Amino acid sequence: MDNLQHPLPSEAAVSLQGQAPISSYILEMRNITKAFPGVLALNNVTFECRRGEVLALVGENGAGKSTLMKILSGAYQADSGRLILRGQEVNFEHPREAQLAGISIIYQEFNLLPDRTVAQNIFLGREPRRGPLVDQARMVQETARLLENLGVRINPQTMVGMLSVAQQQEVEIAKALSLDADIIVMDEPTAALSTYEVDNLLDLVRRLRERGVTVIYITHRLEEVFKIADRVTVLKDGETVITTGCADVTRDDLVHYMVGREFSHYFPPKARQEDITDVVLKVENISTNNLLHDISFEVRRGEIVGVAGLEGSGRTELARALFGAERATHGSITLNGKPARFRSPRQAIKSGVGFITEDRKKEGLVLMLSVRNNVALPSLPARQRIGFIRMAEERSLVANYAELLDLRSVNDRQEVQFLSGGNQQKVVLAKWLATQAKLLIFDEPTRGIDVGAKAGIHQLMREIASRGVGILMISSELPEVIGMSDRVLVMHQGTIVKELPGADLTEAAIMRAATGTDATNGSQQGVSR
Amino acid sequence: MSATTTNARQGGKLSAGNLIGRIPTLGVYGVLILMFILASIFVPGFTKPQNLTNVLQHSVVLGLVAIGQTFVILAASLDLSVGVMISLIGVATSLLISGRVSMILPAVIVALLLGILLGLINGLIITKLRVNSFIATLGMMLVLEGALFSRFDNFAGRVPRQFEFLGYKTVGPVPVGVLLMLAVAALAWLILRFTKFGHHVYGIGGNAEVSRLSGVRTDRIMIGAHILAGLGAAISALFLVSRLRTAAPWIGKGLELDSIAAVVVGGAPLSGGRGSVWGTIGGVLILSILNNVFNLLAVDAFLQDVMRGAIVILVVAFYSARLRK
Amino acid sequence: METTTTARPSTERTALQRGLRNIPVIYVVLLIVFIAIAIIQPSFFRPLTFLGFLKRAAPILVVAFGQMYVMLSGEFDLSVGSLITLLAAIATNTINSDPANVGRAFLFMFLIAVLVGVVNGLITTQLRVPSFITTLGMLLILVGMAWVITKGAPRGSLTDNFRIFGRGNIGDIPIAVLVVVVWAALGVALMHFTTFGRRIYAIGGNPVASRLSGIQVSFTKTMAFVLCSVSAMVGAVLLTGFAGVSGLTVGSGYEFQAISAVVLGGVALTGGRGNIAGVIAGTLTLQAMFSLLNFIGFPLPIRLTVEGLILIGAVALAAWRERRV
Repeated sequence: MDNLQHPLPSEAAVSLQGQAPISSYILEMRNITKAFPGVLALNNVTFECRRGEVLALVGENGAGKSTLMKILSGAYQADSGRLILRGQEVNFEHPREAQLAGISIIYQEFNLLPDRTVAQNIFLGREPRRGPLVDQARMVQETARLLENLGVRINPQTMVGMLSVAQQQEVEIAKALSLDADIIVMDEPTAALSTYEVDNLLDLVRRLRERGVTVIYITHRLEEVFKIADRVTVLKDGETVITTGCADVTRDDLVHYMVGREFSHYFPPKARQEDITDVVLKVENISTNNLLHDISFEVRRGEIVGVAGLEGSGRTELARALFGAERATHGSITLNGKPARFRSPRQAIKSGVGFITEDRKKEGLVLMLSVRNNVALPSLPARQRIGFIRMAEERSLVANYAELLDLRSVNDRQEVQFLSGGNQQKVVLAKWLATQAKLLIFDEPTRGIDVGAKAGIHQLMREIASRGVGILMISSELPEVIGMSDRVLVMHQGTIVKELPGADLTEAAIMRAATGTDATNGSQQGVSR
Repeated sequence: MSATTTNARQGGKLSAGNLIGRIPTLGVYGVLILMFILASIFVPGFTKPQNLTNVLQHSVVLGLVAIGQTFVILAASLDLSVGVMISLIGVATSLLISGRVSMILPAVIVALLLGILLGLINGLIITKLRVNSFIATLGMMLVLEGALFSRFDNFAGRVPRQFEFLGYKTVGPVPVGVLLMLAVAALAWLILRFTKFGHHVYGIGGNAEVSRLSGVRTDRIMIGAHILAGLGAAISALFLVSRLRTAAPWIGKGLELDSIAAVVVGGAPLSGGRGSVWGTIGGVLILSILNNVFNLLAVDAFLQDVMRGAIVILVVAFYSARLRK
Repeated sequence: METTTTARPSTERTALQRGLRNIPVIYVVLLIVFIAIAIIQPSFFRPLTFLGFLKRAAPILVVAFGQMYVMLSGEFDLSVGSLITLLAAIATNTINSDPANVGRAFLFMFLIAVLVGVVNGLITTQLRVPSFITTLGMLLILVGMAWVITKGAPRGSLTDNFRIFGRGNIGDIPIAVLVVVVWAALGVALMHFTTFGRRIYAIGGNPVASRLSGIQVSFTKTMAFVLCSVSAMVGAVLLTGFAGVSGLTVGSGYEFQAISAVVLGGVALTGGRGNIAGVIAGTLTLQAMFSLLNFIGFPLPIRLTVEGLILIGAVALAAWRERRV
């Protein structure tokens, strides 16, 4: 694959300890490696940022962008590697240290207090004083000045909770500047903004650049990269692919850099035409209050339908709406021919739907309970007589699934919090299989699971499908989507923009649709055949 | 994007139908005025000057301790021990004075110090031992109650006439106690609005993690809030002793719940970060008027308890329903 | 290649050390208290005396079981004490010294208990009022109602066929103890062999995952509140049977004792963890501690202080252990 483009020698930072560097790089992250249990998030990544530029950081979900920035901001510590700031080597143990060093991150979840004013939020912890008292007037004045310099029109005395999302973001940026940040990292800043608000934000970023602030701009929206950034770095699978000027690449090039990898493992064979039978789920024109609109598709028994898309495209919300965890406002859902706009997960489960959630620890398992209790949970009503559980039946059920899913080495009385990621996911799988579900929705089925266990789960999924269960699989791992899906639905900004047949799938094709790159080439709303 | 992230960006939605909810103090006083009007019309004897003075006097004890409780609730904490603190400090004061004028000043100082000390202990248990505030102050309440009742089971000590000014004197038509309460309220308001400490109390109540990242010393602020709660209890105890002319181990009983009720009725959610001293005072007045109306209508004393309980529940339910829209 | 992620740091501990480490602290503490008593007052352990001890502990044991269900699901019930007071008053008034009325008395008590439980549950789950506010309000309401019903002085007295549960014996074994054993056995069966029990543990451990697994969280929690109130009813029967009088302070303080016992017994404040055996150990430790204080000669109210200290200590210890892992 393409290798890292090294800067020319004259631009390189000569940052030996103590020696004043001659460098236009304000920030260098060298040879950063970071591993989590089962996953190598960053592998020898080098990332360099020039003073006063806007550097876009792109890559698909899980490429390592967030992890890299969390290391920069002091929220994580790298396992190895160096962080060089303004020519000096630094090491942040806590976010506050990074903040004091002039680095501010603006996350997708804002760090603001909704019940306090803009001025009070910005000056939290550093309230200006006159004698023993807080100088309210000065606080308001300085905030007004700050906002004005940024070209932001907000009254400093407004309660933050009353501001729109876009305005709250502007306040966060103002707060960062007031902390004398000269490096501001923005993590998916436009994910929840309207087009108009996006333009405002881009203007603001340009103004920041004029002031000499360095901006690292993480985004999925490639069109923004070209509107605002000077250079772009592409990460893939925890490695730096390329860093280049925006003038020197096209969108298609970027897509190509973001994906395109060799097969690392083999997937089980896909379903044959005769294995796919009747429609189990039919969705027509579903919309929700938040994001989704006009979604229509079908899932048949025996097939695995992949759902691809970038973060923010609405995939999880779709799953939750199907499962009754969220409200669908319009449209119809039919399950096995019967109407199925579920109002609670309980109804969905009763009708034969299972949902393997994205975050198994928060939503999929009760960590302090045993394997057995977790597996038995959703299907308890099926094994009870006047409220009393038929213990023998439960024991054999759990044993059966332990056998089927290769969980034999695990004691079924063990608390699930002590299991590995792969085994935990198997427990989740077991519990839904035990409900005899006819439709299973998987959200990131192999996230955080090591390679060996991944293959096991893929095998299981195919087996389950072959027994006549319909599977809807949301995944951000393109190889998984390509390897497992009999059909792929690509989502973008709350709706399905493309449907691709399972044969001859390419990462590039999916990514193009997911980034909206071929929106202008005519998008098709997928209605399955 | 997970559903939780999507919701975090619904900032705008909070603002929509929530204007009244955002100015709680106004709402509280609106209710207060409404009650006043209704009571004047329908309850005979309500508007008599003597009666109104009574209402105000009865507000003082609760008002003083509720002001202290306000700081704690703003910081997203709770103090269940203030009731017993009042009893304890009251008994200590009354005994120390024992009818001697010369002991008045020392006793007052000791009372205030006791309040500070007990509040400090609460604060330390919560921040250093990491015990949640409900259990910590509940435990403190039990500890103090046990200690107090094992030593006293009846009235203790007495105060001379010179000390009665707090409870009985008036300045013009206004009782001294009311002036005291208003003065303490004004001071509390000043602290919350104009000091770093006050701003930080709102900070840790709104979001302790964000505050910590902004450099706020969350432990210290929490301890400070509890110390102020202790002080509120101490001042309330002094007033109460002045009025009763003596003290007993049960004089503060129930005031912890009442003070929480007053703060909540005054518009401060239990989750912290929002509210004001004047809102609390409004809540205190609402509860006092309610009390007074029930008395004038000769409603059974304990039926009043029933009503109070129901009101607290309804008010909190109302606020949490608001917040969830 | 599977790696096992353990929550504890791996050390070179022997199986024995790990086993010992896993024994909940409460059993050790109970043992220590018993040893202390054995030294100071060995006659405590004579069969009849010990049974007498158990008989006196019976009411609080039953109430503690009830509190356990609620706390396992992640909530609190502070109204049990006043519920006991109210039920006692109702019983006394209904029976009115006539043995034939006992059946009706039980019926009324049961209905009221269920009603209170349902109301507590609905307000907490549907109106989203934090349970300790709900039950705090309910506490006031119930006390008020007790007074209103009895107008301060309960009418009539309890008859022997009512009091036998709390007071009587079968041979040498107090009926109260048998009631506790039965109630405990039912509790164990409920928590470990029924779907309801499983759901309670799940909800306490992770309410979000529970809902996504199809559990009706609101319904289950409400049922837990009902169980708590019904347990309080059984406790009321035992208590008034034993004590004979139905004053208006009959049940006061019981909720705090129950919570202390449950927390001591190892039930996490956030729910999801704990069992009947632990609660029994916690309750007996508390009661034995009180007896010990008695034997040493401390005045009665000191037990409150000890209770408070133990409560704070238990929670602080649990918090510390959690951080070390």
